Amino acid sequence: MKKVYILEDLDCAHCAALIEEEVGKLEGVSKSSLAFLTQKLTIEVAEDKAAAVEKAIIDIVRKREPDVTVIAK
Amino acid sequence: MSKKLKRQLKRIGISGALFAAGMVLEHIPEFGNIAANVKGFDLAVIFRVISALFFIASYLLIGLEVVKSAISGVRRKQMMDENFLMTIATFGAFFLGDLGEACAVMLFYQVGEWFQSYAVGKSRKSIKELMDICPEYANVKRADSIEEVDPDEVQVGEIIVIKPGERVPLDGIVREGFSSLDTKAITGESMPRDIKPGEQIVSGCVNMSAVLEVEVTKVYENSTVAKILDLVENASANKAEAEQFISRFARVYTPIVVYSAMALAFVPPLFITLGNILGFWGSPVNAGWSDWIYRGLVFLVTSCPCALVISIPLSFFGGIGGAGKEGILIKGSNYLEALAKVDTVVMDKTGTLTKGTFSLQETHPIHVSKEDFLKTLAHVEYLSNHPIAKSVVSAYQGEVDEQLLHNMKEIPGKGIQVDIAGVTCYGGNYRLMEELGFSNLQESSLGTIVHLAKGKEYLGYAVVADSLKRDTKEAIAGMKACGVSRLIMLTGDKKETAEAVAAEIGMDTVCAELLPVDKVTRVEELLAKKKGDAKICFVGDGMNDAPVLARADIGIAMGGMGSDAAIEAADIVIMTDEPSKIARAIKISRKTLSIVRQNIVGAIGIKVVVLILTALGYVGMWAAVFADVGVAFLAILNAMRALKTK
Repeated sequence: MKKVYILEDLDCAHCAALIEEEVGKLEGVSKSSLAFLTQKLTIEVAEDKAAAVEKAIIDIVRKREPDVTVIAK
Repeated sequence: MSKKLKRQLKRIGISGALFAAGMVLEHIPEFGNIAANVKGFDLAVIFRVISALFFIASYLLIGLEVVKSAISGVRRKQMMDENFLMTIATFGAFFLGDLGEACAVMLFYQVGEWFQSYAVGKSRKSIKELMDICPEYANVKRADSIEEVDPDEVQVGEIIVIKPGERVPLDGIVREGFSSLDTKAITGESMPRDIKPGEQIVSGCVNMSAVLEVEVTKVYENSTVAKILDLVENASANKAEAEQFISRFARVYTPIVVYSAMALAFVPPLFITLGNILGFWGSPVNAGWSDWIYRGLVFLVTSCPCALVISIPLSFFGGIGGAGKEGILIKGSNYLEALAKVDTVVMDKTGTLTKGTFSLQETHPIHVSKEDFLKTLAHVEYLSNHPIAKSVVSAYQGEVDEQLLHNMKEIPGKGIQVDIAGVTCYGGNYRLMEELGFSNLQESSLGTIVHLAKGKEYLGYAVVADSLKRDTKEAIAGMKACGVSRLIMLTGDKKETAEAVAAEIGMDTVCAELLPVDKVTRVEELLAKKKGDAKICFVGDGMNDAPVLARADIGIAMGGMGSDAAIEAADIVIMTDEPSKIARAIKISRKTLSIVRQNIVGAIGIKVVVLILTALGYVGMWAAVFADVGVAFLAILNAMRALKTK
C-alpha cells in the first residue's frame, strides 16, 4: 500500500537524498521517493510491515535531521 | 518565515554580538594606552582571557548543534557530512590557537545555512501559491438546507451551490444559473469563460458573477484539481538526467575530494620532514604541519556539493511550476529536460491543429441563389444527427419549417433523402449522386463535399471542413523559431485535404489516410531513425491517440481541461486547446535547462578555483565557507528565476 509522510522543516537536500535511500532499504518497503521541495515522503509498503516501517522512518529522520517532524498523512 | 528560521536568526544575532564583543576585547590592548600592569596582572592577558570567553560562548551558542550532529554522525560511521567538516575545521582553528577564526567560520557557515533555508522556504512558498487551486469547502444542498462540507465528502450526483467569488470545488454539470468563470488557475487564460446550464464545469476555476447550482459528476479524488495537484507534486519524482548526473557526480566527487584533502594535509609536510631526516634540503626546513593540515581542512569545507544538490532539482521544479502557471502541466523533470532537445514535432491534425468540429466553408450552387441553396440543404439535413449535417444546419440563419419534412431516410455511407413539401430531395456524396444519375460533378479538393439534388435537378454542392484553430499558424512559426527542424502532420483524413491544410500552415511533411495503428508505426519509424539525443515529440488531443502519446519520447496532449484521458495518457498536458503553447513549453524548458547548466558550471567552477587556491595556500576558511554555503545561496537564487516565465 501507498503511504505518504510530510517531513516538516526539511531543508537539507543532501540529507533528503540519504533519507530516501535508507527508507528504501527498510524491510517491507518496495519504493521510496522523497520530494525535497514538497517535503513529501511517499513509500510503497507491505501492509503487515507498515507500522514497523513507520517507526523506522521516524528513527531514520531523527538521526539524519533532528529538527524535522514526521507527520503521517 | 517559519519558527525554526526565526529561532535560528535570533541565535545568529546573539552569537554575532558575542563574537563582535570578543573581537573588540581582543584588540583593545593593542590600541589602548592602558598600563601594562594592574596590580601585578598583565592586562593584555586578562583581555585575551575575557575575549576568549566571549568567543567560546559565541561558538557554543551557534555551533553546539553542529558539533552534536557531527558526533552522532561519527557514531553511526557516517562522518562525511557538512557538520563533521565544519566541526573538524573549527576545532582545527581552535587548536591552532585562533579562537576568533573558529568562531567566525562557524558563524559565517550558519548565516549561509540560514540564507539557504530561507531561500528554499521562499521558493517552496511561491510554488505552493502557484498550486493554490485547492478548494477548501463545498456548499452542498442536502435536505433543503445548504451545508458547508469538505470537498472530499461530496458524493457524485449531489447538488452543490457555488457563489460568486468562490472556487469550483468539484467537477460537474451546471444545472442552474448563468455566470462567467475565471479559469486562469487551470488554463493560464485570463479571458473569463461564460457558462450556462447543461455545460461542464471544471474544479479549480473561480465563479465570477452569479450563483451556480452544479450537479457533481466526480468525487474530489477524481476531480481535475486533485489530478493536477497530484501531478505537479509528484513531478519531481521523475528525475531528469541532469539530476541523476548530480547524484552520480556527488558519489564520485566526495571520496575524491576527501582523499585529496587528506593528501594535501599530510603528504607535503611528510615529504619535507622526510627530506629533513635524509638531509635533502641542506639545512632543515620547517615542515609546517599545522599550515598543511589547515589547508586540508579548508579544502574539505570548500568541497561540499550542496549547491548542486539543492539548486538543480529546484530549477526543474521552478520550470515545472512556471509552465503550470501558463496552463502547461509537465509530469516530470525528465520531460522538461527532454523537451529542450526536441527537433521533431509530430502532430495530429484533427483536434490539435484544427478545431475538430465541422463547419460550412463554401457553397457552390448551380441555377439557384446561395440563400435558396442553403435553405434547401438545411432542410434536407435538419433531421439527421450526423456531425456534417449539424454543421450545415447551424450555418443556416433562417428558420427550418419542420412541418414540410417527411419520409426522412439515411442512406449509410452515402447521404440522406427527405421529402420537402412533397418533392424528394437528396443530400450526400458523389456516390449518391451517381446513383441518381448525375455524373461529371465538380468537386473542390478541400474538406468533405455535400451534393444537393431536388427531384431530378442537381443544385450544386457545399464544402464542410474542419477549421484551423486561431493560433495554429503562430504555433507552427513559433516552433520553427524555437529550432524545431522537422514538423510532421499525421492524419486519417484524405490526402488532398491534409496537404492543403499543411501548405496553408507551413507544415513540412504530411502523412495522410492513416489508421490509428499506422500513427504508432510512423512514430516508431521516426524513433528508429533519430540521431543522437534529439527527441521526438507527438502532439495529439488525447482522445484516441493514447498509444502514440505513450510511444513518443514526449507525448503532449491538448485541451486537458475536462479530459481525464488526456491528463493520464500524456507526459505534458496543455490545459487549453492552443497549439501555440507547445512553443512556450519548449522555451520554458530551454530557459530552465540553461539555468541548470549555469548552476552546474558556476558552482563547480567556483569550487575548483577555490580548491586550487586553497591547495596553493592563497585563501583561508572564509573563502571555503563562501564556496560552500555562499555558492549554494547564489545557485538557489538563480534557480528561482526558472519560476518566472515571462
